[in-house]
Amino acid sequence: MNNLVILPLIIPLITGIILMFLKDHVRFQRIVSVLSFIINIGLSFMLVQNVYEHGIQTHELGNWPAPFGIVLVADLLASMLVLTANIVSFCCVLFAFRSIGSGRENFSFYAFVQFLITGVIGAFLTGDIFNLFVFFEVMLMSSYVLIVLGGTKIQLRESIKYILVNVISSALFVIAVGYLYSVTGTLNMADLSVKIKEVGQPGILTVIAILFLVVFGLKGAIFPLYFWLPSSYQAPPSAVTALFGALLTKVGVYSIFRTFTLLFYHDQPFTHTLIGYMALLTIVIGCIGAIAYSDIKQILIYNIVIAVGVILYGVTIATPEGLTGSIYYLLHDMVIKGTLFLLAGAVIVVTGTSDMKQMGGLIKRHPLLGWMFFVATIALAGIPPLSGFIGKLLLLRSGLETENYTFVAILLISSLAVLYSVMKIFMNCFWREPKLSAEQEKGSTKGLLYPSALLLVLSIFMGVGAEWIYPYVADAAKTLADPSIYIHSVLKE
Amino acid sequence: MEILMSIAAGILFMAATYLMLSRSLLRIIIGTGLLSHGAHLLLLTMGGLKRGAVPLLGEKAPVYTDALPQALILTAIVISFGVTSFLLVLAYRAYQELGTDDMDKLRGNENHE
Repeated sequence: MNNLVILPLIIPLITGIILMFLKDHVRFQRIVSVLSFIINIGLSFMLVQNVYEHGIQTHELGNWPAPFGIVLVADLLASMLVLTANIVSFCCVLFAFRSIGSGRENFSFYAFVQFLITGVIGAFLTGDIFNLFVFFEVMLMSSYVLIVLGGTKIQLRESIKYILVNVISSALFVIAVGYLYSVTGTLNMADLSVKIKEVGQPGILTVIAILFLVVFGLKGAIFPLYFWLPSSYQAPPSAVTALFGALLTKVGVYSIFRTFTLLFYHDQPFTHTLIGYMALLTIVIGCIGAIAYSDIKQILIYNIVIAVGVILYGVTIATPEGLTGSIYYLLHDMVIKGTLFLLAGAVIVVTGTSDMKQMGGLIKRHPLLGWMFFVATIALAGIPPLSGFIGKLLLLRSGLETENYTFVAILLISSLAVLYSVMKIFMNCFWREPKLSAEQEKGSTKGLLYPSALLLVLSIFMGVGAEWIYPYVADAAKTLADPSIYIHSVLKE
Repeated sequence: MEILMSIAAGILFMAATYLMLSRSLLRIIIGTGLLSHGAHLLLLTMGGLKRGAVPLLGEKAPVYTDALPQALILTAIVISFGVTSFLLVLAYRAYQELGTDDMDKLRGNENHE
């Protein structure tokens, strides 16, 4: 029982409610959001430290013991994701101050961001499968509003498709929960894990597992279910795309991690092999998309798809080292995708377009933006001193150990494709002859660069300071690889 | 009884899928309504349809029906109600701005506004 577990969830919720009342006071809205994020980052940092020192922390809501009430569980994976999500969304909101425009700010933009964070953090922390559904809906409902807020034609057109896909996947989630309840008679994840272990996962539970894979795959954009993502994510403004790209798909990936390491791990030859193939195809499709487009946003969006595939393969490897690599890559990817989308947002502000054929020579007038983008691209590709390297190295090593040679080959080739696709942006936008003179530029980067600088520093720290972060990640992977730790701390047997 | 209800839910899913694959946006929204009906009915069925009193302790009955699926359905109903009303308003707004409710005409992935 630890109240620290629920605070990162309550604070954005209360902030969101307060912000609803401050509708016409944009200045106050900004101050309140910044304060709430700073408090929340501090609290989540304390939570990570607390979990690292004292093991998994739980909070039983309403003092009901575990299988009967809803329980919030903070293990290291969840609490580190909470911390990263808070930092990334803080930077996105800082970026939004300068870029989002008063038309959106006056219509509760910051309040909806807070509700989105509430949903994301709740999804990370919950220990109950139906409660996970509710937090998914909190997150999705705010994302519907954020994607359509502003009401331009492209936003209206794409948000209809985005909402329809998510309505269907939510209905599938309800159906899957219904099936799971009828087989096991419980909804608490730890209790489910015990019950599934008792019956040894017969065929019907494998079917339910695949149904969950479809549901979370739709949220997380894995291979046959990624079709909605490229067009939806290009519609909203850059600050919102950065928020979505860094957080939303990762919640789907986290849920797959949780369900397939805690609940459905008894039929690995079938389920985990299937996830493996889907992950590989996700990487391939993402590479094809990333290379094909000449639109900055599209290239970065397909890079999200690649990263989801890479992270997901760790579930198939399922050794502690493979999971460590996946988690490291997951944390790195949230940070670096935030950075890249914010930097691309700054480029779009300057040039007024996202088509890289219409720009060039930006490095002459914006050297800082240019070199930050360069560092972010090589971090994304996984060049050694930076953060993308360690995750990929661990994944490669455990891929070789478990003889997944196809994965090793595809991962290495995909790194090359990633590097090519983002370097293409760098060379086309920042080198060559300048296309816009000082007067022709559509906006200035004033105030737009420091949020991404903040994230970039964090990303460099994650690479250089791996010695500090590695024990946390390795511990998180250990808990994932051994479900009994989770079960014991929730059910207190 | 569960078999009958499963068949009914299956028919609802079938109709929902058919409607959601059509071109008109309004039909698609009707499809999502049927889909959530089917899901809620399935949730109730999967909780078991055994005979028993309504889950009110004042009834003093020897057996009660399972209260948990009913709470889950109530939650799912209000959520899908919220999403559906948002979707309906969005469809109305899209019809005003884009001048069509034909999904085939809402295609395109270029940035042309």
